Amino acid sequence: MRHFDQELKELRDGILAMAGIAEQMIDLTIQAVAERSATKVDQVTTMDRDLDVWELRLDRLCIDILALRAPAAGDLRLVASSIKIVPELERIGDHCCNIARRATYVHPPILAAGMLDRLGQETRTMVRQAVDAFIGSDAGLARTVIQADDSVDALYGQIYRDLLRIMLSDPLCIERASHLILVIKNWERIADQATNIAEEVLFILEGQSAKHTYLKENPVE
Amino acid sequence: MEIEDPRPVPEPIHTPEASGPLVPRPSYTSMSDLPLTDPSVLTAPTMLQVERLNLYYGKKQALMDINLKVAKNSVMSFIGPSGCGKSTLLRCLNRMNDLIDDVRIEGRVLLGDTDLYAPETDVISLRKRAGMVFQKSNPFPKTIFENVAYGLRIQGEKDKTVLEEAVQRSLQGAGLWEEVKDRLKDSAQGLSGGQQQRLCIARALAVRPEIILMDEPCSALDPIATARVEELITELKQDFTIVIVTHNMQQAARVSDHTAFFWMGKLIETGLTERLFTNPGHRMTEDYITGRFG
Repeated sequence: MRHFDQELKELRDGILAMAGIAEQMIDLTIQAVAERSATKVDQVTTMDRDLDVWELRLDRLCIDILALRAPAAGDLRLVASSIKIVPELERIGDHCCNIARRATYVHPPILAAGMLDRLGQETRTMVRQAVDAFIGSDAGLARTVIQADDSVDALYGQIYRDLLRIMLSDPLCIERASHLILVIKNWERIADQATNIAEEVLFILEGQSAKHTYLKENPVE
Repeated sequence: MEIEDPRPVPEPIHTPEASGPLVPRPSYTSMSDLPLTDPSVLTAPTMLQVERLNLYYGKKQALMDINLKVAKNSVMSFIGPSGCGKSTLLRCLNRMNDLIDDVRIEGRVLLGDTDLYAPETDVISLRKRAGMVFQKSNPFPKTIFENVAYGLRIQGEKDKTVLEEAVQRSLQGAGLWEEVKDRLKDSAQGLSGGQQQRLCIARALAVRPEIILMDEPCSALDPIATARVEELITELKQDFTIVIVTHNMQQAARVSDHTAFFWMGKLIETGLTERLFTNPGHRMTEDYITGRFG
């Protein structure tokens, strides 16, 4: 294997390592909130540091590849998209920390059973599929992720309205509901991050931006 | 050097007028897909057109059925491995191959409306219209002034004022005037490598060609001199059409509007440079520009 191919493999492997940590953090976050587990909150916080370390390492690697290898075509698209995917994964870690930190403030539950867990699970599926699309060079799966974002947005909107209703009807729930609004916002943001990763996967595979598709229907002069 | 490759030679891809890539790729034929490109490049009239060009050295075929258009006031790069035919094609564009024994050429090359290989075409006047800059700078053992004035003198120009104006204009065009204006009577051999190459460009400009052909013009220059020549190429396209052969793919990416990739005498792909270097249509182009060729 050429040295350059070795570096590209290192980059791919690094992204997979980050994705693995991020997915594990999502699982732990779901459990931490459901179980009010301080141990799992600590685990999430500790793992976030690992993601930060990976981010710095892969940032450096991408800059080195650009500076020293002047990649072109598919290699260029991989490196350019990696520069965007890496911070998306790092942000997923930050959102997990934001959610986990509130694990003790959202109990006893005020939402209908399973709602919060469903939002976490749907978001988790999106992240998993975005990573699978990256690993398997699967454009179809990447498009599935992008479409799934609407479903998560709808669920987020539904829970948000429920929380507003709860706050209006019972002022004693306002503090918990406020924390929950931040929790669901963070889940919704993680789903956005998965969508962004899927869009980068499509750029790597097809060489065309999958972002802001409405601009293609109404081109800006 | 021959490149041994067992893969069959494919049909060329022309972008943006792609007739269908040979590997599954998204379509990229519409103007709206090309927001980074100056539309004038796409809509400019054609300066040079190569039609079904075949070239043989004896029995060996070196160019196979080349079809290519070069837009007026644009820069086109020819890239490809050694022996792929890019320099051979460049030399076809001002009939330099006529000087080689045992060469047979079929097809047409049109410079404007002139068929370069028509029997009535005057080769001397053709070479005035298609100037050439070579890999190694080749100033004549004369003064800087005489080097630039040489082409005009052999055309019969004797008027001192005309010659002085032409020399100044050409040296300014080649970005060399400020550096040499006080020593025009000095020998050109005393210039640095980069200055000598720009002097050769000035010499080509002096006869007011329509197209400038450059065969690896920076391969013997240091990075600073290379950058100056590259800047110059970008400036010159305001007034000229330029075709450049280069092994330096970053250079092709930096200076050219269009790039053509050749392999074993065939044109594999041609298209907008930024498209070709970010999302080539052909697997072979991708393999070459990413260094995985062969």
